[in-house]
Amino acid sequence: MSLDNDKKPAIELVGIDKRFGAVHANRDINLTVAKGSIHGIIGENGAGKSTLMSILYGFYQADAGEIRISGAPVAIRDSQTAISAGIGMVHQHFMLVEDFTVLENVMLGAEGGQLLRRGVASARKELKRLETDYGLDVDPDALIEELPVGSQQRVEILKALYRGAEILILDEPTGVLTPAEADHLFRILQVLRDQGKTIILITHKLREIMAITDTVSVMRRGEMVATRKTKETTVEELAELMVGRRVLLRVEKGEANPGAPLLSVRNLTVKDGRGVTMVDDVSFDVHAGEIVGIAGVAGNGQSELLEAIAGIRKPFSGDILIDGKPVAGVDPARLRALGLAHIPEDRHHMGLVLKFEEYENSILGYHRDPRYGRGGLLDLDAIRKDAEEKIAKYDIRPPNPRLKTANFSGGNQQKIVVAREIERDPKMLLVGQPTRGVDIGAIEFIHRRIVEMRDAGKAVLLVSVELDEIRALSDRILVMFAGKVVGEKTPDAGEQTLGLMMAGIAA
Amino acid sequence: MSTASVPLPGWISYGVIPLINLVIAFFFSGLVVWLIGENPFEALKYLIDGALGRGDAIGFTLFYATSFIFTGLSVAVAFHAGLFNIGAEGQAYVGGLGAALVALALDRYVPWYVTMPFAVIGAAVFGAAWAFIPAWLQAKRGSHIVITTIMFNFIGAALMVYLLVHVLIVPGKMAPETRTFLPGGQLPKLDWLMAIFGLKLGPAPFNVSFIIALVMCFLVWLLIWRTRFGYEMRTLGISPSAAVYAGIPYVRTVIIAMLISGGLAGMMSLNAVMGASARLQVEFVGGAGFVGIAVSLMGRSHPVGIILAALLFGILYQGGGDLSFEMPNITRDMIVVIQGLVILFAGALEYMLRPVMVRIYQQFAGRKSASQKLAGT
Ligand SMILES: Nc1ncnc2c1ncn2[C@@H]1O[C@H](COP(=O)(O)OP(=O)(O)OP(=O)(O)O)[C@@H](O)[C@H]1O
Ligand SMILES: [Mg+2]
Repeated sequence: MSLDNDKKPAIELVGIDKRFGAVHANRDINLTVAKGSIHGIIGENGAGKSTLMSILYGFYQADAGEIRISGAPVAIRDSQTAISAGIGMVHQHFMLVEDFTVLENVMLGAEGGQLLRRGVASARKELKRLETDYGLDVDPDALIEELPVGSQQRVEILKALYRGAEILILDEPTGVLTPAEADHLFRILQVLRDQGKTIILITHKLREIMAITDTVSVMRRGEMVATRKTKETTVEELAELMVGRRVLLRVEKGEANPGAPLLSVRNLTVKDGRGVTMVDDVSFDVHAGEIVGIAGVAGNGQSELLEAIAGIRKPFSGDILIDGKPVAGVDPARLRALGLAHIPEDRHHMGLVLKFEEYENSILGYHRDPRYGRGGLLDLDAIRKDAEEKIAKYDIRPPNPRLKTANFSGGNQQKIVVAREIERDPKMLLVGQPTRGVDIGAIEFIHRRIVEMRDAGKAVLLVSVELDEIRALSDRILVMFAGKVVGEKTPDAGEQTLGLMMAGIAA
Repeated sequence: MSTASVPLPGWISYGVIPLINLVIAFFFSGLVVWLIGENPFEALKYLIDGALGRGDAIGFTLFYATSFIFTGLSVAVAFHAGLFNIGAEGQAYVGGLGAALVALALDRYVPWYVTMPFAVIGAAVFGAAWAFIPAWLQAKRGSHIVITTIMFNFIGAALMVYLLVHVLIVPGKMAPETRTFLPGGQLPKLDWLMAIFGLKLGPAPFNVSFIIALVMCFLVWLLIWRTRFGYEMRTLGISPSAAVYAGIPYVRTVIIAMLISGGLAGMMSLNAVMGASARLQVEFVGGAGFVGIAVSLMGRSHPVGIILAALLFGILYQGGGDLSFEMPNITRDMIVVIQGLVILFAGALEYMLRPVMVRIYQQFAGRKSASQKLAGT
């Protein structure tokens, strides 16, 4: 490779334009990414970030515009051409075969010849090299399903590198990671950059942008509105560039006014499908008018606790009381009737049916409600009108209740769920990872709604792996470790203290 | 990665792609015909002529299509709830018992239009009952519905043979069948409908069940897309975990969906038993239950698609019979091969052409929006 070639930017996008019907997802985008740099892309939900990357990766075709790799124009027709042009992509939803080993997954589609044996041996060697070069430590013989999310993501990165990726695209990679896993990822990315790889990172967390990128570009409503050297900008400036107005980065909330306990959990034990105890003898109350946050590293029983209260998982023993009435084991439909709303942690799995149109999802769980029909029939006009109102109130984009839910951007999908659950005016609200994949403007909005719920005298139980979010919203914080509640703190407890408790070190 | 999530307009997904698939299927069928030394174009002419050439041909085609609409709807309803009902064959067979019992009981006393609603109910209840046990086993015990419904096809066939040979047979007769229903237990032919189009039905058994089938198409559409229960079925069918979250009861939904599915399959017997032969005979279903799987698959589980697919298979059935008569080289088995090719290309490989179409469409649409932009500036 000549020196001259090295100076050429890794990627140049010139005049990229893309429409989906009425939605103009990318408008005349120009972007230059320097070789050997980490380039951040930020922007509101639906700004067109994923679309742009999908065009670069050959998943969509641009309506107009040119892609240049190392200065040479390339027509990227599909992901195959993208891979041979040296582009690798780590998807937010991993594309791994669950019951294959790491090695098998990495080789998949690049087996090299008809006989597997030779391929396996050389793949193992190559994997070893990649691991030592980049600090990507995963056991090549581990089964994917047994690996924590962070390691699964590393496998995705290995996969891309194994195929010779020089340019790595990561679309919201930290959404599913614990803080420690995210730190690990960033160390890897830095090593990759130092070895000359080029990295494009999409994220909603400005902290991450500031910590790791060299350059950052901002998209708004399909346009590329600014590019800054990370060193020369601030979180405040970026937020304003993104949203087009000043954003409140902290939640404004007054004192809590707790009333009687609405939701009580007594000696609750929950086991998973294999009989492993996930929630171990947990007891607490959530009072009317307060937000109780459950802090903890992902996988310490918070998800199972939330699902047990929501009626999705049968408790093994113990009681759950709503207004003093025992409801353990009662099905979700009855719980909804009792005034329990639930924003689930995993919107793709539970909160939404992605193949449904937006308006159909706006009644999921409430489809038996009299306002949505008469007798056994659904009143589609009423449902669509209702959906349109929520779309307007929550600024869901594009404002089209007939659009398939899968075609909304991630953050807008989350808003569909939040709107549905909060607009029911429930008495109790269970909230799991409410702002995963949501832009800062929408985070501000959702946080404000949650605080409003509290101020209106609702009982709110919040589970989040974002410690910042827990501390910003909660009136009381319960820390979970290994299925047990190991302590209760007020939100002014230091990050350090909470961190130690979450690690099971101090109580 | 694939192009699976790229949206295509409806007229391409539901119009152009199926049509091209059909053309490909016919092309390969033609190849097979040519390989065994016959002229494919002549064969096609016989096929079309035999299915649509005369009034009675059309009558037979529509008669077969009627059966396929019922079984197609049956498979589709279960499919929307995520259940693969392979048992329409057996459910239709047992449904025939319900229809026959009603006809035998009432045909002496009342005219056909009084018998008909009871026969519809009888056929549906018996068909549903035959679907109930597999449904219950699936819902409560997790026994896979594909396996149990296949088994119930065999059990149903054995049961019906036993009943016809030992119980329902007319004493002193050899044939294992019930007595012939009086006109009060028969569904009249639709010769007046054919006459509107200036066609003569002749001996073809095209009958009132066709209208019942169309009504059922409408009701199924209503059920799936306009009722709360249909919403629950679709949620369960697409995302079982979202159904749990939404509090949609699994057991109830599975069982009701299968009862409706079995009921629709049972109604197929109205056409064969009360419309055509006017008696209950062994093996009157004749594979219509299995064809229903193909019809539902090709029709994308939508009633309109099912009507079209049922017509296509009606044409293949009726025209194929004529073809094998005119060209003895092309046996009945060959016709089955051709049907298989249609199922293969139009049903199972329905997504084969999608990536190509997406590419063509994107290029076309891209050019269009680019020129719009030029015009705009
Ligand atoms: N296949 C599609 N069909 C129709 N519209 C689409 C499709 N894919 C994306 N869109 C629309 O294009 C716009 C841009 O979406 P995109 O996913 O690129 O946003 P994003 O910036 O990645 O947002 P987020 O931060 O929420 O992930 C959105 O309005 C979205 O609804
Ligand atoms: Mg995105």
